[in-house]
Amino acid sequence: MTNLLLEWVIKTIVILLILVTAVAYVTLMERKVMAFIQMRVGPNRVGLGKFHLWGLMQPLADGLKMIFKEDIIPLQANRFLYIVAPALSLIPALMTFIVIPYGDKITIFGRTIEMHVTHMNVGLLYVLALTSVGVYGIVLAGWSSNNKYSLLGGLRSSAQMISYELALGLSIVSVLLYTGSLDLVEIVDAQAGFHGLGWNFFRYPLLILVFVIFYIASLAETNRTPFDLPEADSELVAGYHTEYSSMKFVMFQMAEYLNLITASSMATTLFFGGWNGPFAGRLPLLGPVYFTLKVLGLIFLAMWIRYTVPRFRYDQLMRFGWKFLLPASIVNVIISSTLILFWR
Amino acid sequence: MTLEKALFIVFAVIAIASALNILLQRNPMYGALSLIGTLLSLSALYLTVRAQFIAAIQIVVYAGAIMVLFIFVVMLLNVPKEQPQIEKQKGLRYLAIPFAGAMIAEMFFVLRSVPPRALPAVTSAIADQAVGTTWSIGVGLFTGYLLPFEVTSVLILMAVVGAMVLARREGD
Repeated sequence: MTNLLLEWVIKTIVILLILVTAVAYVTLMERKVMAFIQMRVGPNRVGLGKFHLWGLMQPLADGLKMIFKEDIIPLQANRFLYIVAPALSLIPALMTFIVIPYGDKITIFGRTIEMHVTHMNVGLLYVLALTSVGVYGIVLAGWSSNNKYSLLGGLRSSAQMISYELALGLSIVSVLLYTGSLDLVEIVDAQAGFHGLGWNFFRYPLLILVFVIFYIASLAETNRTPFDLPEADSELVAGYHTEYSSMKFVMFQMAEYLNLITASSMATTLFFGGWNGPFAGRLPLLGPVYFTLKVLGLIFLAMWIRYTVPRFRYDQLMRFGWKFLLPASIVNVIISSTLILFWR
Repeated sequence: MTLEKALFIVFAVIAIASALNILLQRNPMYGALSLIGTLLSLSALYLTVRAQFIAAIQIVVYAGAIMVLFIFVVMLLNVPKEQPQIEKQKGLRYLAIPFAGAMIAEMFFVLRSVPPRALPAVTSAIADQAVGTTWSIGVGLFTGYLLPFEVTSVLILMAVVGAMVLARREGD
């Protein structure tokens, strides 16, 4: 029991450190990709002494800068909620990752370690629950700042998240119908066939459509650009975090990038076989590599979309969510369940 | 077992404290947030009796969707602080006491017949099929309780259609 507890604690700390580092470097990746798409160079100066290292130390410099910024709390703001809100949006974002499997079992010092923090039989629902709780940070930030732009950003975000959560949840249902489990570890294990290429995406052609729905809905859930209405800079200054500065602002940014990483990991787990790939069964250390590569690919896709697609108008966003994505995912559930009924 | 008991006590205290806070708060926003606290700790209580599905659904539906709508409404109305608090019918306040008494009596009457029962061990195969897991609820909904389940869904559909009719009436 103590051993198990120690293992959990160590795994959680390792995952936490990896995630925080990953967030820092995803911001650098975002700036580099943006520069690449806009035919610029991007940050390339911050390095170690004489070595510029392609700007790899940029996140460190950014972090230091943000720590030393002045932390402002507006006079008319609701002090308690204003301080709590960033934590409320960061904590659920960090908590999601414990159910996502990122590799096969490995044996270190004669002890078999499974490469996921925990494994619960409602893993998928756990992720959905945490994403729906994550809205509160943004909503309360908007409300407690006592600023019209912030309030509008918070309202938009809550409306958007409620609408797209339905499409997201229903699109997952067809994956569940094929794999027959809510446990993410079992969902990944079910995709191990065909030399590690038995991914849901390849095996069930209908799931390609489902993936498109899932990906669009998860872009909306993470407030990424065609759907970044909550922080639309051209109309709302910066949306819900207009009044925030210093580390509180960083916490919102971190939550946003963590959500992006989680959404990409979920897409990898549900559609692209998780850590499965050629030879991953024989060489267990390949699992995390495949997993990271797939997640990075999906993150790159999100950035690509961000810098090439213009922002939706608010009514377009709502109409698209309720009148296209939701019916499309319901139709998918019906078709998938009918197919499964006749082929099994 | 002791860990579960300790967690139960912690979350039970949080649930009751935030439920009391709902009654004591004058600010509607704090009231709504306390309600979220109650719902979240109730979900943790479900986990201590190994009803994972119910716990997850509790958060997705109540804490995640319904309470966001509550907060939404509170934010939109944005009640000013200096609003005078008018009680229209003073007598109703005293009617609350007998009603609360009746509710508590009913609760004790119902719970009296429930026998105390030990949970199955974590490792046993029954634990996966115990009350409150996805499997048992799915089987229950689509076999024994199929009719009540379908009737409830029709009821909800009627409510949705009714809401649409009411919302449309003034527009065009």
